[in-house]
Amino acid sequence: MSTLAHVFEAAGLSTVVFASMREVAERIHPPRTLYCEFPLGRPLGKPNDIAFQTDVLQRGLSLLEATGPVLESHPEVIDSDETPMACALPPRHDPDLPPAVDEAQGLRAAYDRSVKARGITEVGRVITADQVLEALRVLDQWAKGAPWAETPLPGPEPISVCHDIRSYYEEAGLQLVEGPPPGGRAAEAWFFEATEAGKTLMAARLALKEQGAPFPLWFYMAPAHR
Amino acid sequence: MSGDAAMREMAANLPVPEFETTAFTPLGKPLGEARVAIVTSAALHRAGEEGYTMLDTKFTQLDRADRNLVLGHWSPNFDHTGIQLDLNVVYPIDRLEELAAAGVIGEVAPRHFAFAGNQPDTVSEVRLDTGPACAAELTADQVDVVLLTPV
Repeated sequence: MSTLAHVFEAAGLSTVVFASMREVAERIHPPRTLYCEFPLGRPLGKPNDIAFQTDVLQRGLSLLEATGPVLESHPEVIDSDETPMACALPPRHDPDLPPAVDEAQGLRAAYDRSVKARGITEVGRVITADQVLEALRVLDQWAKGAPWAETPLPGPEPISVCHDIRSYYEEAGLQLVEGPPPGGRAAEAWFFEATEAGKTLMAARLALKEQGAPFPLWFYMAPAHR
Repeated sequence: MSGDAAMREMAANLPVPEFETTAFTPLGKPLGEARVAIVTSAALHRAGEEGYTMLDTKFTQLDRADRNLVLGHWSPNFDHTGIQLDLNVVYPIDRLEELAAAGVIGEVAPRHFAFAGNQPDTVSEVRLDTGPACAAELTADQVDVVLLTPV
């Protein structure tokens, strides 16, 4: 974003960057920067908070009054919430299925409610919601030692398949969450720490690493700090 | 260390493109008469339409009325639920419409644009190719101000 600001400004446009990484903005030094220390992935800070989002925009727009390069910070810092969101998971239904597959099946109604309510879904980068079960079945086999190259996933590679699995879960989870909407990373923490799918994904990722799979393929299956 | 703190620390140590100077275009008119566009690096695209490949350097045109937008970003390293709760937390298009209605800005641009936040390390495509191409589209729409929202 900071790089684009240089490019746009050189083309005669006035820009304001709402930066989420202060050091990066300082080093690239775009012309006008409002540093917003908000959860990554939420550059306007607070979902569904019109007053707050408007305040962020107006503070950014006010930088257009500066006569030279400027970097200011939004006064409020919002931390991510790394506590798994409170979200009921379906009871074990079919003991013959791998736990993650059984669980994903049990979440299907909630996922379908999300699609109906929103009209859109992030699932479908490379696999459909129907294929999520098959993908989890393969991850479960990898986790148990099956050679990854001989046990193919539906979809071209693990990274985008894992995106689809996580989207399926997070969209279903937001339909089931109790209390206020989750903060940044609360859904991620729930997926990786509370669900069978998350645990299976992490075990499969470790298995790929141990089998010598190419680094990016397994590394980007999950957030880097995990 | 929290996930966000870990990502910020990692990013702080990554190589970044170097710019010897800072290009600076003053806004040559009152903000209340300016046409404003959003450019985001959230890799947004209309649901059901083509997404982004890993390290995709392209940009996608978003029409002012589009709201059926999904993230096509490849990084697993940030929250994806904020945008599910409210598109505006990434792409504040409704806020911009309100600011225009209130006269704070002149008008909302007819088109907005999305890039993917994951770019090749040199970002030379964005600097030399797709960035200038996007600037030309914005200029063709007589945009004065661009708000850049990162993901």
